[in-house]
Amino acid sequence: MVRQGRKKGAFYVPLFTLLALALAGCGDPRVSALVPQGSNARESLSLIQISAYIMFGVMGVVIFLLAVVLIRFRAKPGDRTIPKQVEGSNLLEFIWTAIPVLIITVLSILTVRLTFSMAQDHSDDPNALKIQVIAHQYWWEFRYPDLGIVTAQDLYIPVGKKISAELWSTDVIHSFWVPALTGKMDANPGALLDGKRQNANRFSFDAETVGVFLGKCAELCGPSHALMEFKVVVLPEDEFNRWVEAMKKPAPKPETTKAAAGEQTFQKNCMACHALEATDPANRPGPNLANIGNRLTIAGVLPAGDDAERAASLRRWIEAPNAVKPQNDVPGTVIMPPFKDKLSPEALDQLVDFLMLQKVDVAPPKAAAR
Amino acid sequence: MTTISVPVGGVRKKSLLWDYLTTVDHKKIAHLYFWTGLVYFLIGGLEALLIRTQLAVPLNHVLDGKAYNEVLAMHGTTMIFFVAMPLLFALMNAVVPLQIGARDLAFPFVNALSYWLYFFGALLTHVSFLTGDVPQGGWTGYFPLAHPDYTGYGMSYYAMGLQLSGLGTLLTGINFVATIVNHRAPGMTYMRMPLFTWTTLIASILTMFAFPPLTAGLFLMIYDQLFGGAAFDPAKGGNPIIWQHLFWIFGHPEVYIVALPAFGIFSEVIPVFSRKRLFGYPAMVVATALIAFFGFMVWVHHMFTVGLGPLANGVFGVATTIIAVPTGIKIFNWIFTMWGGKVRMTSAMLWSVGFIITFVMGGVTGVMMALPPADYQYHDTYFIVAHFHYVLIGGTVFSVFAGAYYWWPKMFGKLLNETLGKIHFWLFFIGFHLTFFIQHFLGLWGMQRRIFTYLPGQGFELPNLVSTIGAYTMALGVIVFAINIVYTFVKGKPAPADPWDGRTLEWATPTPVPEYNFARLPLIRGLDPFWLEKQAGNKTVPPAEPYADIHMPNPSILPFMMSLSLFIAGLGFIFKDQYHPSFLYLALFGVAATLLVMFLRSVIDDEGRHVPRELVEQEDAKGVSA
Repeated sequence: MVRQGRKKGAFYVPLFTLLALALAGCGDPRVSALVPQGSNARESLSLIQISAYIMFGVMGVVIFLLAVVLIRFRAKPGDRTIPKQVEGSNLLEFIWTAIPVLIITVLSILTVRLTFSMAQDHSDDPNALKIQVIAHQYWWEFRYPDLGIVTAQDLYIPVGKKISAELWSTDVIHSFWVPALTGKMDANPGALLDGKRQNANRFSFDAETVGVFLGKCAELCGPSHALMEFKVVVLPEDEFNRWVEAMKKPAPKPETTKAAAGEQTFQKNCMACHALEATDPANRPGPNLANIGNRLTIAGVLPAGDDAERAASLRRWIEAPNAVKPQNDVPGTVIMPPFKDKLSPEALDQLVDFLMLQKVDVAPPKAAAR
Repeated sequence: MTTISVPVGGVRKKSLLWDYLTTVDHKKIAHLYFWTGLVYFLIGGLEALLIRTQLAVPLNHVLDGKAYNEVLAMHGTTMIFFVAMPLLFALMNAVVPLQIGARDLAFPFVNALSYWLYFFGALLTHVSFLTGDVPQGGWTGYFPLAHPDYTGYGMSYYAMGLQLSGLGTLLTGINFVATIVNHRAPGMTYMRMPLFTWTTLIASILTMFAFPPLTAGLFLMIYDQLFGGAAFDPAKGGNPIIWQHLFWIFGHPEVYIVALPAFGIFSEVIPVFSRKRLFGYPAMVVATALIAFFGFMVWVHHMFTVGLGPLANGVFGVATTIIAVPTGIKIFNWIFTMWGGKVRMTSAMLWSVGFIITFVMGGVTGVMMALPPADYQYHDTYFIVAHFHYVLIGGTVFSVFAGAYYWWPKMFGKLLNETLGKIHFWLFFIGFHLTFFIQHFLGLWGMQRRIFTYLPGQGFELPNLVSTIGAYTMALGVIVFAINIVYTFVKGKPAPADPWDGRTLEWATPTPVPEYNFARLPLIRGLDPFWLEKQAGNKTVPPAEPYADIHMPNPSILPFMMSLSLFIAGLGFIFKDQYHPSFLYLALFGVAATLLVMFLRSVIDDEGRHVPRELVEQEDAKGVSA
């Protein structure tokens, strides 16, 4: 029977080694909270690590005591003796009250300080870049109010600069999460009362390295919640400024007849919901398609590693969105309708050709995207 | 209904079905809760397997997004409301009156009503599977997603079903408080009550304060969904965040409503199988009360990312960490109960030791999550999923298994097979850690919760596969448990009245326990009264009164009818929007029928009946010799 006690130890030692190893840094660096690339994620991780190490200690004590009990105080078969009926011990009760109180006091001080410092509002900071994050079922809209541009799905930000974000949702609750850069902030829907949007959130974050990081929706928002991914593209500041200037230019005009036909198809079928100009100020039901030819994914999930793949993914998405990303089946909500039966294969080809032209010449960092 | 044979203590002969439909006996109501809870445990478990099967590989097609959300919402709702609480109520009903030397709960009729409200509430929620509009907003039912505009009428079944079963739970809470305060045997002072009774008392007080906010929230939800209300609808000026507050003001104490009785069960099992009294009894009682008290002041830790600001987050974060202190006190007292004892590793004890390890792991991640800056990363990821399964399975489910192995002989008159019990434990325990340990890392590696699939290439493939294998191992454990139950009923030997060398009063009653529990109410002379008397050389606990006629309540079909009427009303209100407005008449019929049954209950004078003294004496003589 003693053997069983040892076996349990043997089961846990490797588990904790694994835990310690993993906390030292692990996971895919594009998406892991354990490989922070922004100050928010770094500060969160510091608290995660401190608390985890303390808790390893607590667990170690408990498991040690339990192991001693299970090895030393087993009843032998047939042993009917009655052990001493101990009532308790005030000293022990004091010890295992006082030590946890000390631990949580230390943790609380660290926590409260960090909670307030992470909540610093940069909305009046002239050095901060202001953005608005508007969540929709099941895509993300990113507006740059001071720069006068709008984009979707791929959020471009300059490295090292504070990003002051305002978040809300137009339908259900979503949550903005870029594990490698920052923890979550909910995007809430809210009524407009006296011109003020209820429940809108403000928070700040930044990126400390150039690259592409994966973002996710972290609040259950419907059938395609799992597929509501986005990307954060972190560029050096001068390159970011070039991107902004390029985005402000009018949408490129088609030069081939095929693309021109595609433009016609777009105007007939897509324009009611989608804008092509990044400077388009209207609140449209669908994502802004400026720079769609550079998107790192199509619809947040379909691969777009190179132009051929991107074109194929675009076509797949336009033909049957429901097969890629389940749309709501309740009437009245905004959906992307299927065009497989509405448009001929040629018209679809032309449309994709036209859309592929919609790109600026500042490409996202390729290597990091993988 | 169940087909097991249960000794019927009554005088009249009735069919088993009618007997159980009308019973107000706490021991039979315990059976009803137990079997119903177990059936839903299997249903919820199948849902869990579907979830894990879907997530075994990336971009899997076992379930689509909508079906996954349905299974997910029903798994959570079922496991919390229709499994965890009812199974604990089963053990409370079976044990608490015996532990305090009472003849029944204070309000036996209300007790039956509580059960039937739960039964029909759970049934109503599950009717949704037949209509095609299944809840898909998660067990938390966040608005606006829970509105028919987004998810159809599924969440109305959730709201209506929880309203019914929640009413039953509230009544149970009141009933147990009244019973424990008023119906203790002579000499059973508060500080002589067994810990399971204490935790039941405190959990029942929690129920009385925690369920009204849920009831209020659910009514607002039902108005919004079915009657054009706008409490949570931002388009009409409402605010969905209010629902989150109402839900978690209920939801966090709810965690303790299912955790505290679990603590109580382990506090019974560990002393008996260490053959030592509970270490630090007063500290255990105070710790229980403290956990309950602080449990009401921490709900915002479920909402750190809602955007309530650093002050709210900081205050609620610190408040949450405080709960670690009384919980730690409990853990160390359990360990020191075993320290210096003679530990017998029976199945019940295995679950208890397994609980300590598992629950401590769930507890320490709880402290980690209480720190808002860290929680911004954990929140709504698989880290959270891992944490709450560590505390809810490691706490509540392990406790129900421990309690089942421990109290089975008192509840059903037979001993569960110990070998099968140990196989059950090891399969379930290893499977559990295989499933959930790795999920901590999945969360930190960037996998958010409640997703029906994930893209390949983000490092989620292998951990998810491991997790799925673990889930199937747990399922094997549950199958062994089912085999054990069947085997015990078919082949098990009748259990003696005191198979474990018990310490508390329930083991001083004969098995099967007579309808009136105690022929003469016992006289309690200390903590662990039965153990004290055995140590003093007495066979049983001395009586506090002479034999007399015993006043017992009559069975009644009215609780069943009342709950059935409310069930019909609830369905009618949903059908009127989902199918046709004329179903409103069905709803009104249900309401009228409810009122009629309530009227009948008020005007029918039922003074109960008396078990004659001679019969009591006769049965008592038989019981003692057994």
